[in-house]
Amino acid sequence: MEPIRTIRSRTVVLSSTNIDTDQIMPARFLTTTTREGLGKHLFADWRYDAAGQPIAEFVLNKPEAAGCQILVAGRNIGCGSSREHAPWGLYDYGFRAVISSEIADIFRNNSLKNGLLPIEVDAETHAWLLANPGVELSVDLQTRTVTLPTGKSVSFAVEAFARYCLLNGVDETGYLLSQEAAIRAYETRHEA
Amino acid sequence: MTATTLFEKIWQAHEVVAETADTPAIMYIDLHLTHEVTSPQAYTVLRQRGLKVRRTDRTLATLDRSTPTDADQLFGKVPIRIESAANQIRELEKNCAEFGVELLGIHDPNRGIVHIIGPELGATQPGQTIVCGDSHTSTHGAFGALAFGIGTTEVGHVLATQCLLQRKAKTLAVNVEGTLPRGVTAKDLVLAIIRRLGVSGGTGSVIEYRGSTIRALSMEERMTVCNMSIEAGARAGLIAPDQTTFDYLKGRARAPTGAAWDGAVARWRTLVTDPGAHFDAEISIDAGTLAPMITYGTNPGMSVALGEAIPAAGDAVYAKALAYMGLTAGQQMLGQKINEVFLGSCTNGRLSDLEQAAAMLRGRKVAPGVRFLVVPGSHQIKLAAEAAGLDRVFKDAGAEWREAGCSMCLGMNGDLVAKGAYCVSTSNRNFEGRQGIGARTLLASPIMAVAAAITGAVADPRALLA
Repeated sequence: MEPIRTIRSRTVVLSSTNIDTDQIMPARFLTTTTREGLGKHLFADWRYDAAGQPIAEFVLNKPEAAGCQILVAGRNIGCGSSREHAPWGLYDYGFRAVISSEIADIFRNNSLKNGLLPIEVDAETHAWLLANPGVELSVDLQTRTVTLPTGKSVSFAVEAFARYCLLNGVDETGYLLSQEAAIRAYETRHEA
Repeated sequence: MTATTLFEKIWQAHEVVAETADTPAIMYIDLHLTHEVTSPQAYTVLRQRGLKVRRTDRTLATLDRSTPTDADQLFGKVPIRIESAANQIRELEKNCAEFGVELLGIHDPNRGIVHIIGPELGATQPGQTIVCGDSHTSTHGAFGALAFGIGTTEVGHVLATQCLLQRKAKTLAVNVEGTLPRGVTAKDLVLAIIRRLGVSGGTGSVIEYRGSTIRALSMEERMTVCNMSIEAGARAGLIAPDQTTFDYLKGRARAPTGAAWDGAVARWRTLVTDPGAHFDAEISIDAGTLAPMITYGTNPGMSVALGEAIPAAGDAVYAKALAYMGLTAGQQMLGQKINEVFLGSCTNGRLSDLEQAAAMLRGRKVAPGVRFLVVPGSHQIKLAAEAAGLDRVFKDAGAEWREAGCSMCLGMNGDLVAKGAYCVSTSNRNFEGRQGIGARTLLASPIMAVAAAITGAVADPRALLA
């Protein structure tokens, strides 16, 4: 996994509240057996018409969305299904951070494991970001801050170990495997 | 000793390594349920890293969601219509064979929706930690197991190490007291709870459902309630095990037997929240005031009790949801014309759901022009329903009787609701497009589904009860 330290990008804003993972990645794309290539299906039912043509008004289809790495979403993004295809799709599309005032548990967890940084900010900052699409933000994972173009810096919380893994490009599987002795001891205690 | 919650007790019993400020706890997983959709990429990682499945004896696989419910496709008489779904099924078969994981596959009499077969086999037991790459894993909490959904990366963690990295959740007590009125089901109760909490009210928390109403529920009803915990954003839902739980499990294929059974029950009896234990938050619900519920919007929190009007418009998002649904604020759901009905899913696809539905449908007909799809949650449920003649009731009334699976709950296998059609569904999610592009889902109980099927509109099931 690529380490993440800083993300500097303009934002794309999807202000809907409760954007569920069925919207982010509709179920018909879940029959894949790989994690790559899902970016083209991201928000498919909002992004394309019945003939598969891009819907011009949808924010991801606008020219200014090109290259944006930060998605600002309405409250409670990622609710619903546990499908990791949602963060896979966001990452494959090019997003590296999702900002909201509330982020659903499983989606947050899945995002952290895939180099997609879930950032919860206070309601006031969130409202400002929703009202000012396309602003350039600077995210620093080392200092856990988002800096706005106004110069204002807001801090965000990120689980300590997930942050360590993201900063160092380390994946958690290796860490769990290194705990073999403790796992075996647990099994011995409980299965005697 | 400090008074502790049921959640705390299960948590403590599964800490391989306790959490610190820098590292999450390492939690041991007793039972790992897997299926065709969220496991292929995890097996790829195992293969790339040269890893084995650490505990094949704690891992169980089945086929439920990409899997056809049409017998001809399922049993190979005709090819599976969706090529990528067929490929995913073959991939799971191949992975299970290669890694030595038990697969309850297409021809296995115990195949079914993963959250239905765990309890049915007695594999789900009180006090366990249970995970699955599916958010409705919360269903198993009905047995007093700490059960929650995980992503595919974590499926890989559990396959490789039988462990997960976890931070301790908060606790939320949902106290329900009183008697559910006639015609008000466990589904109505949980829809009312979700409406009360909101779709993110449970975020970060494990819910414990408590109180006299919960104690009086059957295991199947408790599963319906715990199933939808995630729809309030909760990580898991729990109900303390009691005699109802033990009676359900006794004699099931994978439940302990003999002296081991007695020992297990003695242990399970300790799995209760101690009097005076602290919850981070609590809410109370009076069951006696509840009525049949139905959703009108595009998330499970957007519901009304029959007789209530759709609430007045809020913001733009609310207006967009109503526009998608083709409904208006101030409107009554009663009388709303419907096109399709789906009876099934891990929420309401168990035998008692089919029994209640069939009891209402017996001697009646599905309204002309309405499509009614009935999908048992497991092959065992299908066999039991057929032995009781329930399939005849459904078929004689004009419904389709299918093979077991997730089917139209998420529409991955081609069982889809038509664009713009209204579907009264006993499943768990009414998200935009969930049951098909442009589909309009109205979540409700099995008896409300039947009332709609008979009348072709949203109708009060209480008027049709025998």
